[in-house]
Amino acid sequence: MNWRIWALQKSPWVYHVNAGACNNCDIEVLELLTPRFDVERFGITLVGSPRHADALLVSGICTRQIAPRLQDLYAQTPKPCVVFCIGTCACARGIFHDSYHAAAGPVDEVIRAVDPAATILYIPGCPPKPEAMILGVVKALRALA
Amino acid sequence: MTRTVLPIGPFHPLQEEAEFFQLYVDGETVVDMDVRISYNHRGIEDISTRRTFDQVPYLVERVCGICSASHPLAYIQAVEELAGITPPERSLYLRTIVNELERLHSHLLWVGLAGHFLGYNTVFMWAWKYREPVLDLLEATTGSRINYANAKIGGSRRDIPNELAPRILSVLSELEGKLEMLTGAVLDDYVLHLRTKGVGVLSREDARDYCVTGPTARASGIAIDVRRDDPYAAYDRIEWNVISAAEGDVFAKAKVRLLECFESIKIIRQCARQLPEGPIEVPVAAIPPGEAVGHVEAPRGETFHYVVSDGGPCPARHKVRAPSYVNIPSFKAACVGQPLADVTIALAAVDPCYSCTERLAVALDARTRRPLYTFDDLVRLSQEKTARLAREV
Repeated sequence: MNWRIWALQKSPWVYHVNAGACNNCDIEVLELLTPRFDVERFGITLVGSPRHADALLVSGICTRQIAPRLQDLYAQTPKPCVVFCIGTCACARGIFHDSYHAAAGPVDEVIRAVDPAATILYIPGCPPKPEAMILGVVKALRALA
Repeated sequence: MTRTVLPIGPFHPLQEEAEFFQLYVDGETVVDMDVRISYNHRGIEDISTRRTFDQVPYLVERVCGICSASHPLAYIQAVEELAGITPPERSLYLRTIVNELERLHSHLLWVGLAGHFLGYNTVFMWAWKYREPVLDLLEATTGSRINYANAKIGGSRRDIPNELAPRILSVLSELEGKLEMLTGAVLDDYVLHLRTKGVGVLSREDARDYCVTGPTARASGIAIDVRRDDPYAAYDRIEWNVISAAEGDVFAKAKVRLLECFESIKIIRQCARQLPEGPIEVPVAAIPPGEAVGHVEAPRGETFHYVVSDGGPCPARHKVRAPSYVNIPSFKAACVGQPLADVTIALAAVDPCYSCTERLAVALDARTRRPLYTFDDLVRLSQEKTARLAREV
């Protein structure tokens, strides 16, 4: 196994990006850190800079104003990294599919525009329950191995 | 005077939403500030004119995830006024219960985040831990932790079975004890007094000039509350008090929010005990042409929805004014003159919600309904000015 992937699996640090969400997914992400779910016991922690992160948790439809900044954030994240599309908006734009302020594509297309080989995973739900997010991260880390 | 510009954002660990602040600082003191918005703008008012009247509540509850009971209720009250629908008594109580549970979880969320910004992570973890039983109650009563979709035009979508009332009461009394402990820990802490008293003061005059609403106004001595001033749902059938404080600083805002939690518990308890029997919805025919407004006291203040119908299946115009939209400009009064270290908590004290606030205005000619200036027009104007100046030279 690639030693970088091995290190990433051990204790993934995540950076949270709100790409034009309604706040729900973001609150549920914070919920993961608080006592009931407390993912920090698995070594998962939120960091303040994408340069420290192993994974990006992206929520929201990716608005036109966010799209170039999301690409910047992706470029700043050390590779290999994993992008989690959290919530229906990030996966497929959901209820906002016909918004005039949405970028050319949902989050995965915007990121694939700069890195066609990016590892992107989807956790749908509006918002996904914290349990679903934990399951998604666990499945992703298993799949990487 | 030399001024240093300090950019914060648009992505910053301070808040979970993208927002770009420019703070102009002189040494340690903030002398001016500017804010760039529209990272979260999703064009909800526009999308809403392409959804049918009964689909719009699902859309507007995603204006902001935290106020996802208040926005649909304001819209539904506007449409009910427009169509002359009187929802049944039981559904009014159901709406009150869900809205107050929402206020509880929102205020606890704020207390936690405020503790986190002050470097008091214990408060963050406590508040969010005590918030969980409230979310469980919301899941039990509406089927979802967040995005409840409980109110609908003409009543409520889902009934609270009478067997659930004892569970609601027992969870609330358990929560009340923990909340008392949390309130004491926050309001009697000497370090927190030093950090929050006299910080980010929004005077009564400034609060009035900036037209702030909700806990932000009530903490500055302006005791306005839609629930009392223009009662909707079942608020006029229940005993409760409007909490206010005179100081206008961060401490007053925290105090108002924490004490409001107890009022919310009081309201939910009375609703669960007095829940009248009967149907929860009335049939709704087509929505006639006309216009109406609805307003609701969201956790952050008054949310206001204006709906125009032309008799078709979709709203012809839908205008949303969220509380944060009027509260956020008061940053300028609260932050200027503060040391840099206090700006974080002064910003957070308003409980800003950017997804509520993001909007876009297009100036239209009143007669022709065409945009006054498009981007191409601006380019053309600029080119013409260059040509004119070139001729003059």
